[in-house]
Amino acid sequence: MLKTRKQIFIEQSREKFSDAEHRRKINHSLLQSDIAFRKGIPQFSDLQSAKKTANHIKRTTIENLDIYLLRFEKHFTQNGGKVIWAATAQEALDAVAGICKEVNARLVVKSKSMVTEEIHLNPFLFSRGIEVVETDLGEYIQQLAGEPPYHLVAPSMHKSKEEVADLFHKKLGAPEGLAPEALTQFARKILREKYVQADIGITGVNFLLADIGGVALTENEGNGRLSTSFPKVHIAVTGIEKILPSVRDLALFWPLLATHGSGQQITVYNSIFTGPRKSGEKDGPERMYVILLDNGRTRLLADPKARESLYCIRCGACLNVCPVFRNIGGHTYNSTYGGPVGSVITPHLKEMKEYGHLSQASSLCGACTEVCPVGIPLHQLLLHNRQLAVKHAARTEKFAWKLWAMACSHRRVLNLAGGHTKNRVAALLFANAWGKNRKLPRFAPESFNQLWKKQR
Amino acid sequence: MHVELFIPCFIDQLFPQTAFNMVQILERAGCEVSYNTQQTCCGQPAYNAGFMEECAVVAGKFIKEFSGENYVVVPGGSCTGFVRNYYSKIFGGTDLEQQVIMKAPLFYEFTSFLTEILGIEDTGATLKGKAVYHDACGALRECGIKSAPRILLNKVRGLELIETEDAERCCGFGGTFSVKYEPVSMAMGEQKVLNAIKAGAQYIISTDLSCLMHLEGYIRHHQLFIQTLHIADVLISGAENSILREKL
Ligand code: SF4
Repeated sequence: MLKTRKQIFIEQSREKFSDAEHRRKINHSLLQSDIAFRKGIPQFSDLQSAKKTANHIKRTTIENLDIYLLRFEKHFTQNGGKVIWAATAQEALDAVAGICKEVNARLVVKSKSMVTEEIHLNPFLFSRGIEVVETDLGEYIQQLAGEPPYHLVAPSMHKSKEEVADLFHKKLGAPEGLAPEALTQFARKILREKYVQADIGITGVNFLLADIGGVALTENEGNGRLSTSFPKVHIAVTGIEKILPSVRDLALFWPLLATHGSGQQITVYNSIFTGPRKSGEKDGPERMYVILLDNGRTRLLADPKARESLYCIRCGACLNVCPVFRNIGGHTYNSTYGGPVGSVITPHLKEMKEYGHLSQASSLCGACTEVCPVGIPLHQLLLHNRQLAVKHAARTEKFAWKLWAMACSHRRVLNLAGGHTKNRVAALLFANAWGKNRKLPRFAPESFNQLWKKQR
Repeated sequence: MHVELFIPCFIDQLFPQTAFNMVQILERAGCEVSYNTQQTCCGQPAYNAGFMEECAVVAGKFIKEFSGENYVVVPGGSCTGFVRNYYSKIFGGTDLEQQVIMKAPLFYEFTSFLTEILGIEDTGATLKGKAVYHDACGALRECGIKSAPRILLNKVRGLELIETEDAERCCGFGGTFSVKYEPVSMAMGEQKVLNAIKAGAQYIISTDLSCLMHLEGYIRHHQLFIQTLHIADVLISGAENSILREKL
């Protein structure tokens, strides 16, 4: 029988539980980001108000999403760019394929983009005989390894430097055991060639700017700039939620993203693209497209609660602090977006029935909500999903909760059995599920309730 | 001062002694304690499972069992946070809304009640050894409790409190999560326990027994040399001749 996604999730979690090396690497990596984050935060004299303001801006934007998207389209078109609206992943893929065909593209360079992961752009282009090269170092490593990104902003954080050296040796013929700096130099040399040869550069988008018709891109390696300046065509692919009303909003959102993403005060390279090269300009692509992708986002928008998840700026902070992510890692989710935000949005972007378990796979500790720079109440949205998922619950579970409600409605029922009986029932019911690593707690011979009545 | 008790369902069933220890501390502090024996559960388990109707039935019964005239003291932050922050969501726009608005803010987790309302920082307790304090998520994030338990523990004679880097990280209990996603829950619990041992602690102390019961299960199974303690059990220990009594 085919395993359900939930079964696969639990199985892989168990593997990760006993994988001490994985735990060591992740703890090490995340400790570095914790330290960086703590160092970066003091740049905000009042972080809570910064978050509140950001939340307010995103809220008004998402509540008026149609207006802002049309405003963006109008201005971007005036700048000479072309906006493509894609309702589904397939429409977005077809649009890219169409452009590739027009310019007879053989080679595409890409800078980091989760949306293109979501629509599985790379395999699609490969199947059409087009070479795609990831230029973000982390993504490049993942591409070489044939793995999807592990984390929203740190795609290869789960690999040790030794593993990367080994990968470069095997896949690229690099000398064995190169140090990180040498590896970077090695990759850079290969990638520089690719930029020059590429026909198209594809990037993600950090923020769409409605008032100027611009696309803001944030990165640390300069690969985004190179991917957009050498090729003749630039395609930016983005979810419709990435919009901000004004270029002025970047004054708040750039530092918020930088600190929550990587602990920096500001990311090294921040570019704003406002359309293709104009006559008289020296550089820039000849054509520029922005693909606005829905792919389930309007389902989130239609739900007044879940809608708040569209404020997300994909900083990845909620992953870093999530104790579940810290233990199972990014791949166990088996969805493009991992961690708390992934567990919130994936059941909506895909199917609640198939992905609803992700909302259950949380201890609801609330660390995600606490850290989120745009004030998304993530753990409450997980609860919201659980409410929606109830209709898919097993009959036995529904029945169990009915029984529970009945028992809790009558104090008498709770006092009926003695501790000994309850211990035996609990052993029968939970011993298996509670696990082989934990002993069951013991019921007291008499409850507080019973003792109180006796004593007082 | 007259206070009412809410003894969460699993404490009622599994850890009555801790609840009595809390009562004893409250009484020594001069509180007159009453307990409505009709109470069962605040409804949080069903809410967290997504079963809203069942939750509303139980929570609706629950809220009526408190007078609305006194503080309600609770040995745990999780249930306190649930009543304080979620009841208004459950009962907004219903007949019970007014009752909730009036009663929910009266719910206090035990240590924050001691420090904030009674102004007590020293219960006169003695406990020898080193301990880590585990910030239970409900206490920390739903109730904003960070300093109260530390203030109280720092006054316990003989006790050395060690701060670890992971004090605020979830222990992995999470209600049904601990059963439905046992490997993840266990992995989280294991790290919590091992980090405490590495820090040289003999005790893991917390405001919430749900966390401790989960950690204790792991400790007992692996026969590790560390012990979990609810803060009420600590604050009463060796406190027979407590300063508190003299003060009052
Ligand atoms: S949900 Fe919040 S914390 Fe998580 S990635 Fe999005 S913006 Fe960052």
